[in-house]
Amino acid sequence: MMNETTRKSGHVTGVNGNLVSVAFDTSVIQNEVAFVQVEDGARLKSEVIRVRGGQADLQVFEATNGIKVGDPVEFTGELLSVELGPGLLTQVFDGLQNPLPRLAEESLFLKRGTYIYPLDEKREWDYTPVAKGGDELFAGDQVGWVPEGIFQHRIMVPFAWKGSWRLTWTIAPGAYPIRTVVAKAVNDAGEEREITMVQSWPVRIPIANYREKLLPVEPMITQVRTIDTFFPVAKGGTFCTPGPFGAGKTVLQHSLSQRSEADIVIVAAVGERAGEVVEILQEFPVLEDPRTGRKLMDRTIIICNTSSMPVASRESSIYTSVTLAEYYRQMGLNVLLLADSTSRWAQALREESGRLEEIPGEEAFPAYLESLVASFYERAGLVRLNTGEKGSITICGAVSPAGGNFEEPVTQATLKVVGAFLALSRDRANARRYPSIHPLDSWSKYKSTVALDEVAYARQILKNGNEVEQMMKVIGEEGTPNADFVVYLKSEFLDAVYLQQDTFDKVDSSCSAQRQKYVFAKLYAILRKNFTFGDKATARRYFADLRQIFIDWNFCPWESPEFAENEKRLDAKLAEA
Amino acid sequence: MRKIYHRILQISGNVITLEAENVANGELAEVKSGDRSSLAQVIRLEGARVSLQVFAGARGISTDSQVRFLGRQMQVSATDDLLGRVFTGNGSPRDGGPALTDNMVEIGGPSVNPARRIIPRKMIRTGIPMIDIFNTLVESQKLPIFSIPGEPYNALLARIAMQAEVDVIVLGGMGLKHDDYLYFRNTLDEHGALSRAVMFIHTAADPTVECTLVPDLALATAEYFAVERKKRVLCLLTDMTNFADSLKEIAITMEQIPSNRGYPGDLYSQLASRYEKAVQFRGENAGSITILAVTTMPGDDVTHPVPDNTGYITEGQFYLSGGHIEPFGSLSRLKQNVNKETREDHRTLMDTMIRLYAQYKDTLEKQSMGFRMSAWDQKLLKYGQLFEEQMMDLKVNIPLEQALDLGWKILGECFDPAETGVKSEMLRKFWPAAQA
Repeated sequence: MMNETTRKSGHVTGVNGNLVSVAFDTSVIQNEVAFVQVEDGARLKSEVIRVRGGQADLQVFEATNGIKVGDPVEFTGELLSVELGPGLLTQVFDGLQNPLPRLAEESLFLKRGTYIYPLDEKREWDYTPVAKGGDELFAGDQVGWVPEGIFQHRIMVPFAWKGSWRLTWTIAPGAYPIRTVVAKAVNDAGEEREITMVQSWPVRIPIANYREKLLPVEPMITQVRTIDTFFPVAKGGTFCTPGPFGAGKTVLQHSLSQRSEADIVIVAAVGERAGEVVEILQEFPVLEDPRTGRKLMDRTIIICNTSSMPVASRESSIYTSVTLAEYYRQMGLNVLLLADSTSRWAQALREESGRLEEIPGEEAFPAYLESLVASFYERAGLVRLNTGEKGSITICGAVSPAGGNFEEPVTQATLKVVGAFLALSRDRANARRYPSIHPLDSWSKYKSTVALDEVAYARQILKNGNEVEQMMKVIGEEGTPNADFVVYLKSEFLDAVYLQQDTFDKVDSSCSAQRQKYVFAKLYAILRKNFTFGDKATARRYFADLRQIFIDWNFCPWESPEFAENEKRLDAKLAEA
Repeated sequence: MRKIYHRILQISGNVITLEAENVANGELAEVKSGDRSSLAQVIRLEGARVSLQVFAGARGISTDSQVRFLGRQMQVSATDDLLGRVFTGNGSPRDGGPALTDNMVEIGGPSVNPARRIIPRKMIRTGIPMIDIFNTLVESQKLPIFSIPGEPYNALLARIAMQAEVDVIVLGGMGLKHDDYLYFRNTLDEHGALSRAVMFIHTAADPTVECTLVPDLALATAEYFAVERKKRVLCLLTDMTNFADSLKEIAITMEQIPSNRGYPGDLYSQLASRYEKAVQFRGENAGSITILAVTTMPGDDVTHPVPDNTGYITEGQFYLSGGHIEPFGSLSRLKQNVNKETREDHRTLMDTMIRLYAQYKDTLEKQSMGFRMSAWDQKLLKYGQLFEEQMMDLKVNIPLEQALDLGWKILGECFDPAETGVKSEMLRKFWPAAQA
């Protein structure tokens, strides 16, 4: 913490929106945190984002009403950081890691200048030491652990410590609050330091205390058929879900947050609607996680910086969330980070850049947008830790392209760096074909749960079906050969019974990898089968009936008697043709 | 006594710049030039230089005008005396009544902590099937009506306001034609709703800057009734495109770098901070704010920056086109919070009817290209026609349950059960007996 002799200060010389210019007395650090002292008593958290001509420009994380020229500014000397320690799970933070439920106890509205320590400093955790006195440790190595929900939350040597450290003392097992010194260590230079259960880390710098980064190969099951079968996502991979408004981005993200097979899910609501966060806030503590039998909230952290909250903290919230993800990855866990929406983050950058009067790039986004987007997604990844274990961060970024046009800078910058692209389509959404992931536009570089050639065959049917449909618009249904018409019907059938999935239905919403394999095999057989029909009306009729049975089958619980019974109906219908 | 400044250094658009001391960002000032007087608000500080936007416009302002800073931000009187009153865009009375000065509160305050919000679960019934069945309106929802100029959007807004069960109606008019203002006032009057309404009206003839204040005035008022008085408030804003255009005008004057078609880079944040005031509070008789706003789309272009940014902020949109609410493009994001409790067939019917209507549209396209219509196409054509006549027409005014029955009847008249793709269980229960 700062003491009087090192505290630096300055005073306000100008205000432009949320950008405040400050004349400083001695020195400042780029990206250090400062507080603007307003007349009404509020201390407004800010960050140095530019130093020019002896003047520091600060982005203020709050409304700047009432700031006057001459108001005192206090610099902290510390970069914008988050607190890492037990008790992060189940929490709801704003973009600066203030716990929102505890802020809510003070005021109905988000009063500016109120900051609360993110972790519970009184709560006691059952600490079990792992490392012993005399052990040689490096930054990120485990010292002990506490149980946090179903996880062993590791207490680690602070990530920022350089070189090797020899433990000189460790605490006995027992219940302690997070600030307790649990170990002491000394380095070669003879410097002794203390380790507590909590450490802070600057959000804009990746935590990289691992041995190596690995190629993501193992699929991360989302239980969404279109994704797992056709456009899979790997543990440690990145993917994006761009789509115009109303295409179902948020519903898809909610579905991913509930049903993905990740250990920990971090939901970052970046500049989006408050109402959507409220749904998670109220449903997750009640909804059960079928994999663990615990509540979904037990594996979730929510970072919530909704659209009406100050824009500068929206910009930082994305870094706050990825830093928390990295912290849990260091414990050998698989973390899924859902960022909705990265476009709002990019817009925040744009607002800031505009106020700084930087020369604008395309659509007035700053020229450095691409490199920032790339370095954000690069913080994902599967890594081998120093212990030899693996941990991963999978990042899913929703993108909200202006006008639904994927040619815009944010979508394009994102497409360059992600491993899978799930294009959400307004046409599909309008036709109520959910999830509205476009089967022809989307792509993935990761491995599917189903055999590759079979998926390729199914995609070919979709493609051919689409071609026949386009052709039918020109030459008419009667001019289309029967064989082509059947291809069209097959593609529509595949869409209706497999791509479309009811996210609000208890059974259909969660399709396990096992079930996908089983159902897809059946579907594949149908796609492969040679059908001959007398006329088009008969063909249409047959596929309508088949679709009906298949959809009913989708709604039957896996391995239930109804499931088997419906399968028999399906087989019987197939035998008819 | 506060100091009076006499030397204006720069006048550009509606923004004046002068040198002054001890001035706060956002502070109000009074600018007097000859016998004209207007309020102004500080929008930028640069050393001793202070820039203010003048509410009444800078036209006629002399460089030696008197500028007196008031030491406070823009405020509105939060009292029940607001009810039945009409104000201008700067908050002064438009109806000849007395100015209100009690319990002044700042406008444009912070948003509600998300942790204090609850999931909205109360349907607002409108009697319009395209809303009630397909895109149910929910208390505390923020929903724009996207429309091209010339569509009856103000009439639709007024109709929903009259049929919805709410305690207080707050109307914010931006760039409103005087005729439209009178239309709203008369409609409220006819339905005896004037005494539970508050109006902030900026007409097309009023100064541009005042237009930007209207949403904040209206929403601060709405917040008072919802929080302090625990009322269910419906806030109508028309037209938000005018609001955005005013923001654009000021941004350009301030030499801000435009982002898209001249609109400022913070358009999204500006719109969001207003729309996010829509809220449902916790508790048995807790208040709520529902926002219905008109956004006119220049050239019927939904990708225009104003409707586009709005669509990402709001919880859906009603798309008004050709005199009816379009089934495609219209969306209520909160409908699934309420439509599972209305009637069990609600969701199925909603999805099925829209899906078939989409197919009808495809068939229409084929028909217009002169192709022979198959038996299936004929069915779709019949269906589409019935759907448009009996469901989409804005004249239809029936309760939800009746509208659902009507939906099954239309399906029954046009299709065999299996052709609809509805789960068998649902068909057994709701398929009209005569046709089954």
